[in-house]
Amino acid sequence: MEALIDLLYKIADDKLILGHRNSEWTGVGPILEEDIAFASMAQDKVGQSKALYDILHTLGEPAPDPNAFLRNAEAFRCCQLVELPIGEYDFSLIRHFLFDAAELLRFDTLRNSSNEPLSQLARKFYGEIKYHNLHAKTWIKKLGNSSEEAIERLQNSLDYAFPYALGIFEPSYLEEEIIGRNLFEGEVALKDKWLNAITEVLNQTQLHMPDYLAIAPKFGGRVGEHTEYLQPMIEEMGEVFRLDPSAEW
Amino acid sequence: MLYTKEEILEVLDTVKDPEIPVLSLVDLGVITELIISDTNVVSVTITPTFSGCPAMDTMKRQLEEALLAKGIEHSPVKVSFETPWSSDLLTEKGRAAIKKFGLAPPPMLGNHQPDIDILEQIACPHCDSMNTEMKSMFGPTLCRSLHYCHNCLQAFEQFKPLG
Repeated sequence: MEALIDLLYKIADDKLILGHRNSEWTGVGPILEEDIAFASMAQDKVGQSKALYDILHTLGEPAPDPNAFLRNAEAFRCCQLVELPIGEYDFSLIRHFLFDAAELLRFDTLRNSSNEPLSQLARKFYGEIKYHNLHAKTWIKKLGNSSEEAIERLQNSLDYAFPYALGIFEPSYLEEEIIGRNLFEGEVALKDKWLNAITEVLNQTQLHMPDYLAIAPKFGGRVGEHTEYLQPMIEEMGEVFRLDPSAEW
Repeated sequence: MLYTKEEILEVLDTVKDPEIPVLSLVDLGVITELIISDTNVVSVTITPTFSGCPAMDTMKRQLEEALLAKGIEHSPVKVSFETPWSSDLLTEKGRAAIKKFGLAPPPMLGNHQPDIDILEQIACPHCDSMNTEMKSMFGPTLCRSLHYCHNCLQAFEQFKPLG
């Protein structure tokens, strides 16, 4: 049970936090279509996180709203990649590309999870994440073969984001049980597939794959160690809810 | 006399998608289970088109109100992911309604997942031309993408395929 709870928190928190970050592009995207795209992906991810918090609630955890809005940063199990500020569009696009490549592969295998409620959700989410993945790949290929400035900006963001992206795959303290009980194939297997998937896309651009073997992953998020950016974001996200947690909406 | 499924579906067919008011929830394919108990109590289960769909509560309430208006005893409408929605579940009647509304209906996917080619090769709902271009795979609601027709020079939206 504890292994399942840890797995669910990790993937739900990733979705909620990146969903909220994506929503920060609403109204300020570089072009209208990207504004709409990031807002739509925000809605998908926050909606998906709610369904995962619903499962957690059936396992004795708090209801989705208090779970999302009343925890402090150290109680979140998201990777540090998703909590970083949106920065400029090049960074948000690179993060979206790196994260959603992993997310698609994660939910591909979660469709076969031994936990039935989770595998049901994974079957549902897979098609939705497919759109996020297609969107990211389309823009990486387009901008990664465009102007010198675009390529340089994307490369800088890729180099900056990469240690954090490797942090997606921080193994759980219950990793053996998660794999042994067939809840999920595990972070190591996922990372190998992810490296292949992103290399394949980057090879079609003028961007260079960072030398990942020489990079130390930014771990810590999965055990509640976060960057300075998460707590202020959570405070803003839950500001209205905390005015009166018992209010009916 | 117990209700028949057909009788209940006829009642449920009066409830429309809050975002596409010409399309009934029955034709949208989101009603995944309909049970009529031995004591004539109706149970309806629905599933979201997209998991972030903000219209679920409205749909649930409107279905319950439609049953109530006919005096049909029912349990609260359930939302479940057990049978996931796919755009292939849209009925022929639903597809025609969507097109009349000005949205291109989604192509049938079968066992495929949508890719760029499937999204891009879509006929204009106004003039049926295939000379169209995708502008964005995300649109004003989660279930729509943005397109432009080079034949009749009109922007249009597609009801997105989802596997």
